[in-house]
Amino acid sequence: MASPMADDALLTAEDLHLSFGPTPALSSASLRVHAGEVLALMGPSGSGKSTLLHCLAGILSPDSGRVRFDGHDLSAMSDARRSALRRTEFGFVFQFGQLVPELSCLENVALPLRLAGVGRRQAQRSAAEWLDRLEVADVAGKRPGQASGGQGQRVAVARALVTRPRVIFADEPTGALDSLNGERVMRLFTAAAQQTGAAVVLVTHEARVAAYSDREAVVRDGRVREQEYVR
Amino acid sequence: MCIVIGMSVGFALLGLLESGPRHGYDLKRFYDERFGHGRALHYGQVYSTLARLLKNGLVEVESEPGDGPERKRYAITSAGVTDVAGWLAQPEKPEPYLQSTLYTKVVLALLTGRDAADLLDGQRAEHLRLMRELTRRKSDGDLADQLICDHALFHLEADLRWLELTAARLDQLADQVRP
Repeated sequence: MASPMADDALLTAEDLHLSFGPTPALSSASLRVHAGEVLALMGPSGSGKSTLLHCLAGILSPDSGRVRFDGHDLSAMSDARRSALRRTEFGFVFQFGQLVPELSCLENVALPLRLAGVGRRQAQRSAAEWLDRLEVADVAGKRPGQASGGQGQRVAVARALVTRPRVIFADEPTGALDSLNGERVMRLFTAAAQQTGAAVVLVTHEARVAAYSDREAVVRDGRVREQEYVR
Repeated sequence: MCIVIGMSVGFALLGLLESGPRHGYDLKRFYDERFGHGRALHYGQVYSTLARLLKNGLVEVESEPGDGPERKRYAITSAGVTDVAGWLAQPEKPEPYLQSTLYTKVVLALLTGRDAADLLDGQRAEHLRLMRELTRRKSDGDLADQLICDHALFHLEADLRWLELTAARLDQLADQVRP
């Protein structure tokens, strides 16, 4: 019988197995992500936490097991449908290298909206609002290379949030930043996600970053030990 | 969170008196504002500490007309200033934590065939719970709150790193501790 908590989960991984050649990365990994929560995925290097995130986001397909978003099985979707889902319902923040260097920060944030068919003026207006909320309005006209690491990550967060996704996947979003900048990113990021109601799946090996989450799940040897969800 | 405990209260009060003489009440308020952080000193503790400092010649009393402790103004003596300077110049002893309760628990869990990984995960959850609380308090607080919470957060983070490392070495540790 399904757990009563599984019913109200927005995103679930059920008994995922995935191997890279002879190396098992996930072994019976299960996880539930609820709407609006910040969930930290913790665990040592090579434990499978990034692989699990990629499966949850539909970037990787597990060898067996299911990932469901809003009740829909990701593996039963066509590639095109999964891509559309990633564009419209999911947002992504990585450690670095995610902004287009040839575009200004404003254009970078506006890009997901433009790809979704929003007009240039409207997209840039929304992008400017998000840059302001992430306290990086001053780099709007600059290229990513001209912004500091912390500013660049806040631009990346703005870009992840601009389409108002329901889940944001963040893989070591502060991994390349010092403590102060890392904390500023996390404070603004989690506050903004909370305001929009987006769930955040946060991969981190840093406890101080995980402390911005509502609960944590520990990944070890491809298995997940999940802290109980309390509404 | 109180950041000054035990014997340090005496030094802290003494140090605060270096900026000028104060009544006991005023001194307590001054202390609470800077170091109390939700846990104010009791008046009894303030006056018993001042009595000790007085007895040791580290403060002196400038009495004003009237009765009661509130009529006394405390001033630091030159011996008191020397004590404060010595206390400030003395580095705090880093705690090696070698005999921590947690280490004892892990070893005992391994020795008795219990799940030591479970124990470590439980501890991690407890540490993170406190870290979340401190992170929230930090977000709502002023600079003093932020710095005090950061101090606690860095210590908790160090513990968590130890928990991770120990979790990764449990098999090795089990081989060593089991007879």
